[in-house]
Amino acid sequence: MTTTTYAEPTRRHQRHPAPRPSLAWNIADAWVLIGRSLRHTVRNGDALFMGVFLPMMLLLLFVYVFGGALEAGIAQSDYVDYVVPGVILLTAGFSAATTAVSVTTDMTTGVMDRFRSLPITNWIVVLGHVVASLARNLFSTALVVGVALLIGFRPSASFLDWVAAVGVISLFILMMTWVSVMFGLIAKSADAASGFTFFILFLPYMSSAFVPVETMPAALRGFSEHQPITPIIETVRGLLMGTPIGDSAWQAVVWTVGILVIVIPVSARLFRRRTTS
Amino acid sequence: MTNSHDYAIRASGLKKAFKGATVLDGVDLAVPEGTMLALLGPNGAGKTTTVRILSTLLPFDGGEATVGGYDVAREPGGVRHVLGLTGQYASVDEILTGRENLVMIGRLYHLGRARARDRADQLLHQFNLADAADRAVKTYSGGMRRRLDLAASLIAAPPIIFLDEPTTGLDPRSRQQMWDVIRDLLRGGTTILLTTQYLEEADQLADRVAVIDDGRIIADGTAAELKERVGTERVELTFASADDARAALHVVDRTDTAHLHDDATRLSLPVDAPDDVRHVLNALAAASVPVNGIGLSKPSLDDVFFTLTGTHAPHPPTPAEDGTPTGARPGTDTHPQTLSNSGAQAR
Ligand SMILES: Nc1ncnc2c1ncn2[C@@H]1O[C@H](COP(=O)(O)OP(=O)(O)OP(=O)(O)O)[C@@H](O)[C@H]1O
Ligand SMILES: [Mg+2]
Repeated sequence: MTTTTYAEPTRRHQRHPAPRPSLAWNIADAWVLIGRSLRHTVRNGDALFMGVFLPMMLLLLFVYVFGGALEAGIAQSDYVDYVVPGVILLTAGFSAATTAVSVTTDMTTGVMDRFRSLPITNWIVVLGHVVASLARNLFSTALVVGVALLIGFRPSASFLDWVAAVGVISLFILMMTWVSVMFGLIAKSADAASGFTFFILFLPYMSSAFVPVETMPAALRGFSEHQPITPIIETVRGLLMGTPIGDSAWQAVVWTVGILVIVIPVSARLFRRRTTS
Repeated sequence: MTNSHDYAIRASGLKKAFKGATVLDGVDLAVPEGTMLALLGPNGAGKTTTVRILSTLLPFDGGEATVGGYDVAREPGGVRHVLGLTGQYASVDEILTGRENLVMIGRLYHLGRARARDRADQLLHQFNLADAADRAVKTYSGGMRRRLDLAASLIAAPPIIFLDEPTTGLDPRSRQQMWDVIRDLLRGGTTILLTTQYLEEADQLADRVAVIDDGRIIADGTAAELKERVGTERVELTFASADDARAALHVVDRTDTAHLHDDATRLSLPVDAPDDVRHVLNALAAASVPVNGIGLSKPSLDDVFFTLTGTHAPHPPTPAEDGTPTGARPGTDTHPQTLSNSGAQAR
């Protein structure tokens, strides 16, 4: 294969001028593919369950079943005020993790060949899943907050606090989504990808989401205090309930942005590798 | 050889190896605009690999290729713009409905929402999928999926289409429908590269046939040229023993085109007219070689391979999974056409 064989005449006789993927096209394509991923969410029983019913049930479970017992150990008048930020993050984690399954399914079925044969920028397919995950999660977060308000959640947040909290939560959702995109690109089968969901399920339990870390045994406490979910939760709790935030805010941002900065390029590379063979 | 721009699809010296195992060993193809080339070959010959390389899905190790005037390696975006691909395995979104699939793909071809919808409607009708249009694809049968997949690659009316074994696994009626669609496309001026394991399919549809085996093109010509070498009809004689069969092979004395099957008791040779059959039988009677059975069949891929290479096809497809359109395949005898109910002169 030499460059000389790529002669000018071939070009001149092209009947169709070489199309360039413009920004406008990419945006239009992204819109179409986000729509596709959102449709998947609505049609997919698992994703709906993870995104809507499970968080609801967890909220009610924590407040009404464990609440009485746990309230004793928490220096706060109402356990519901303590636990809602935790349930919000748990919700986000679950629902983001289902992205792994969507990505693996795309990579292991013929549909990726179809997308790759189209005149589109391929990674927009993944972007569709990411944006759909963000939308899905913000929706279930709103749902959790709505129900929480009904059962006695009384946040002290100002409007700006709310905006900041939504920002932190969105960052967290993005982080969880991209991590699960990465796992989805690593996994060889949808089953393997759904195993990742299970792993994610446990992280929030080993944080300050449901009980203060001071109540945990020393070894677990060391982990809980230094895993990314604890500062994120403390930040959200501080913003919504007015509890002290301290170093949690910058730690939360460093954790999430740091993880994103690593995971996105790794995912891009994995994607390229899986779509060129 | 004419200039490369006369060819909608052109490949020369394509090479591809997977982990050191050579799969394509210098494939040359040239498909003039508005015509159809059938790439005929057995399992594992390299048909899908060739199609995937030409449709920019797979990088290749050597040689060069252009599709629609675009260099496959350097201008994949251009190739994707002029190409519709129907892969060997349906590549549609299982969760979406048939209509949603088509509209989505139309929009990704930048047809615009309204035109994408119109085209989707039109294709759903044309492919007999209107009733199932609003059902999730995961509820579709294999044949419906294939039709939807083909519809998806036609949505932007691309000037060039690749079809990788489009009729494998289809029942005879669906196969006929698929052939009709393909003929329509050809009439409309579309350039088509089709892969198949069936000589008859290549013969029915294609202007030219390239036979691929083990990553090489071993024959390239019109279907008529190919059939001239292989014969249009073959008579298959069954004998009581391998000795009889060998004796018969000696008697008919057509070692270039007649061949014994693997089981060594069946002999297959081309015939052009009913008289040919009589001559053969007379010769065998004169030499007192008893014939146990006789049947007529269209030449199979195995016959083509034998004629071209002197050896049998490396991996003859099993009849259970392929549903061969030729009816009979020497070596399987699924539907032997007997002389009495289907005389050679009828064709
Ligand atoms: N990704 C891959 N890794 C390793 N080997 C591969 C890969 N893809 C194809 N091959 C090998 O390349 C050879 C040609 O495969 P290909 O799929 O092109 O055959 P084909 O002619 O399409 O066969 P079929 O009629 O069965 O579809 C086969 O031996 C196959 O095992
Ligand atoms: Mg194949």
